[in-house]
Amino acid sequence: MTSETDEVVLEVSGLKVHFPIKAGSLIRRQVGAVKAVDGVDLTVKSGTTLGIVGESGCGKSTLGKALLKLIKPTEGTISFDGSDISQIYGERLRRLRRRMQMIFQDPLSSLNPRQSVETLLTEPMKAHRLDFDPKTKVAELLDLVGLPHSAANRYPHEFSGGQRQRLGIARAVALEPELVIADEPVSALDVSIQAQVINLLRELQERLGLTYIVIAHDLAVVRHVSDEIAVMYLGVIVEQAPAEQLYEHPMHPYTKALLSAVPLPDPKAEDERKPMLLSGELPSPADPPTGCRFHTRCPFRQPTRCADERPALVEHSSGQKVACHWADEIASGTITPREEQDAVTTAR
Amino acid sequence: MNEKQLLSVDGLSVTFSRRGRDPVEAVSEVSFTIAEGEHVGIVGESGSGKSVTAMALMGLLPERGTTVEGSATYREQDLLSMSRRQLNQIRGSEIAMVFQDPMSSLNPVVTIGTQISEVIRRHHRVSSKEAANRSAEMLDRVGIPDPRRRLREYPHQLSGGIRQRVLIAIALACEPRLLIADEPTTALDVTIQAQILNELKELVADTGTSLIMITHDLGVIAGLCDRVHVMYSGRIVESARRYQLFTTPRHPYTGGLLQSVPRLDSPQDEPLRPIEGSPTDTIPWTDGCAFQPRCPHAIDQCLEATPHLEPYEDRMLRCFNPLKGDEDDKRDR
Amino acid sequence: MTEGTINGPRARAQRSHGDSLWRGAFRRLSRSPMAIAGALIVVVFLIVATFAPVLAPYEPASTEWTQLSTPYWVQGHGPGHPLGIDRWGSDMLTQLIFGARQSLIIGVVATAIGLLAGAALGTLAGAFGGWVDMIVMRIVDIMLSIPSLLLAISIAAILGKSSAALMIAIGVGQVPIFARLLRGSMLGQKNADYVLAADALGLRRRTIVMGHVLPNSLGPTIVQATLNLATAIIEVAALSYLGLGEGDPAVAEWGRMIVSAQDRFEIAPWLAFYPGICIAITALGFTLLGESLREALDPKQRR
Repeated sequence: MTSETDEVVLEVSGLKVHFPIKAGSLIRRQVGAVKAVDGVDLTVKSGTTLGIVGESGCGKSTLGKALLKLIKPTEGTISFDGSDISQIYGERLRRLRRRMQMIFQDPLSSLNPRQSVETLLTEPMKAHRLDFDPKTKVAELLDLVGLPHSAANRYPHEFSGGQRQRLGIARAVALEPELVIADEPVSALDVSIQAQVINLLRELQERLGLTYIVIAHDLAVVRHVSDEIAVMYLGVIVEQAPAEQLYEHPMHPYTKALLSAVPLPDPKAEDERKPMLLSGELPSPADPPTGCRFHTRCPFRQPTRCADERPALVEHSSGQKVACHWADEIASGTITPREEQDAVTTAR
Repeated sequence: MNEKQLLSVDGLSVTFSRRGRDPVEAVSEVSFTIAEGEHVGIVGESGSGKSVTAMALMGLLPERGTTVEGSATYREQDLLSMSRRQLNQIRGSEIAMVFQDPMSSLNPVVTIGTQISEVIRRHHRVSSKEAANRSAEMLDRVGIPDPRRRLREYPHQLSGGIRQRVLIAIALACEPRLLIADEPTTALDVTIQAQILNELKELVADTGTSLIMITHDLGVIAGLCDRVHVMYSGRIVESARRYQLFTTPRHPYTGGLLQSVPRLDSPQDEPLRPIEGSPTDTIPWTDGCAFQPRCPHAIDQCLEATPHLEPYEDRMLRCFNPLKGDEDDKRDR
Repeated sequence: MTEGTINGPRARAQRSHGDSLWRGAFRRLSRSPMAIAGALIVVVFLIVATFAPVLAPYEPASTEWTQLSTPYWVQGHGPGHPLGIDRWGSDMLTQLIFGARQSLIIGVVATAIGLLAGAALGTLAGAFGGWVDMIVMRIVDIMLSIPSLLLAISIAAILGKSSAALMIAIGVGQVPIFARLLRGSMLGQKNADYVLAADALGLRRRTIVMGHVLPNSLGPTIVQATLNLATAIIEVAALSYLGLGEGDPAVAEWGRMIVSAQDRFEIAPWLAFYPGICIAITALGFTLLGESLREALDPKQRR
């Protein structure tokens, strides 16, 4: 969250990832597609952190993997450091991987159980033919993530969850990448450990000048690491804004609902908190609603436009980008949510 | 205490022993009471023994290799020494439980309707038609739209949120006096969690059901429970009323937890203050305080003697060197 | 920054080296009575087979034309033959000891053939997927659809009755088992997070398959190989029993010993009994070892 420059590291436009649904036992035909990511535009500046939040099924993990080309994008461009990488494959892609790394959710399953720490930290450097002295490099990396040197000849299953995630982080930064995408970096960890890992991520960013994309469902976690936050719903970004602004003045109804749903560890605040309850369930990404994707659950839904016109992500006066036809009216209070009673009856 | 006690747990301990391995004391010296209509929270991380406590009360632990000691008096009967038949009478009708994973707690080959009716008919003499009506009514009460149609569906046809509501409906179908909820919303998204917690809160308030809420999420507890027990390494380390616990935590573990959780309502750029080490870094309680290796407040005594859960100020505390003053003030500065 | 302590202050603080999966599995094996029993049987079997010429009291082909000699526990047994002699006048104990050798060689070689060919096919299918996978697996399906007995008879018919034919016949019969097993576990491992991680790190495809996917998929295959040794030994006996084994009558073989004992079963049941017991115990040894290996390698059993 430091050394902000205007240099853009990653620029994504019109990115779509569709997974075909096939039917037929002998001749398999495509009968539809799960639109996991359906038209995403993003810009990430060097040295900053972009947080991507959303609930399960919103396509945030797929987006993260598509940005790293671990999943083939269906459409759109991904421009990394000025050049489009969406069509790069094979050896060129492999060499590019050194510059963009990933931190995974489950540190145990993302570490090969048969590799000792030393092997798993040095293997990527060997693959990229970097010149290094294994002993000093491993010691340096372990220092960097706060693990003792004695960890070098141990195996992943011998560590606790938090320590394993430190290993995953050490492996990701070993190649000295420019961009690191962290997919739910703390959600598999115990509450008391999460803060350690969050602090470590922030510290490494300062020391190594990393650019992060942090993907998480936990808004509090994302807020603590991000400069800018994008909120995803059903394959699209519904709101993007600087972190503080998003939390203080959410404009999109979904962002409002998401923020109000988080329980606070404070009895006074909890007694006053009135969660904005959403009705219904998340629609299927194979058959998303027409118009605004959120309109089937939106408490601010209007009779016009919402159901038949897809809102674009538009920059508003506050500098916030919101994909809602009625964002300004909702912000000024001329449109109010349907009565709570009303919301409850629709829920039933 | 004037309120009528519903359940009083005294000196509960659970030991797992497997052949060829040292026995593990998963829970020990757990004592607490719950009054009628009271909501009690048990907070702890993985391995703290919070789930084992619930399983022991429900008689759900495997009999082989498990030693359960202590007593749990529910309306003048001891749940822990009850016969299987007596326990079956009480389980489901008077004490019900909701688990974390709604998929594996439902039978995948039986319709939702049958699963709810089954519980109703096991404890009440009603016709199958009456049972079906009550099932639909239950689904409606937990906020499931179109309950009649849902009755004919199978668990895999439902989303996670609906499944968890079905489980709550099953648990509340016989109007139990006590509901034990073990991480009921952990597997769900925040917006769904908000819906379910809201419904759960209303339901238990309407029916006067007592609630034991087991969770690792301090936020869930803060809005729901009158009294909170914090567990660490198998023992309760702090018990207090909700306001006291959250505003002036006295056990360094409670205080540490509250400071380390990223919150939506604290300044963004303030670095979090984590608890060092990990929950596996413990020492046996017999050698001192299990939290000592991670405790910033530890003193020599913590390695010499075992702390006991004793009255301290307005609460029960297991600590030789409690936190002082108003931690919240320090935090805000 | 926190100084992470590994596994708490006292837990395993003494060991300076990490505990790899295989080392951990071995540790668990050494604590399991089932594994120890299995290993004991297998070791005795291996020693007997290896040192057969030293251990056996007679030459395998030597015969002694006394009357049908009875074992020591039947009244009036002949001197020098603790387990008696068979209908050809050969010492029973010698025959059994040399039979162990024959079973071991054929069993091991046959399983090795099956393992190598099967693993190669399985790796091919598992590593490449798609068309390669489909073609390889159809070939394997065809192999699977031929009854192993028929296969053995055909191979024996082509190559003539010999140990080599026996090895190939049994080995080929095992190929589909190994191919399917390895392919299955490789496909399972390919979706594991650490493979995705290896991809994200920019490792070469060959490194990912040979260095990550394959080693993690081998566990079940190795267990299966141990179990297959048991069935191979039984199959050797069965095929020999049917007259498809080694042509040279001087080579002792357990299956054939049972055949030759058949027509005297009423008067000398022990002639069939001894080789039968040997087959059963040896097969049991390998099965026990294989099963405990399976348990020891199970990740859920770790720690």
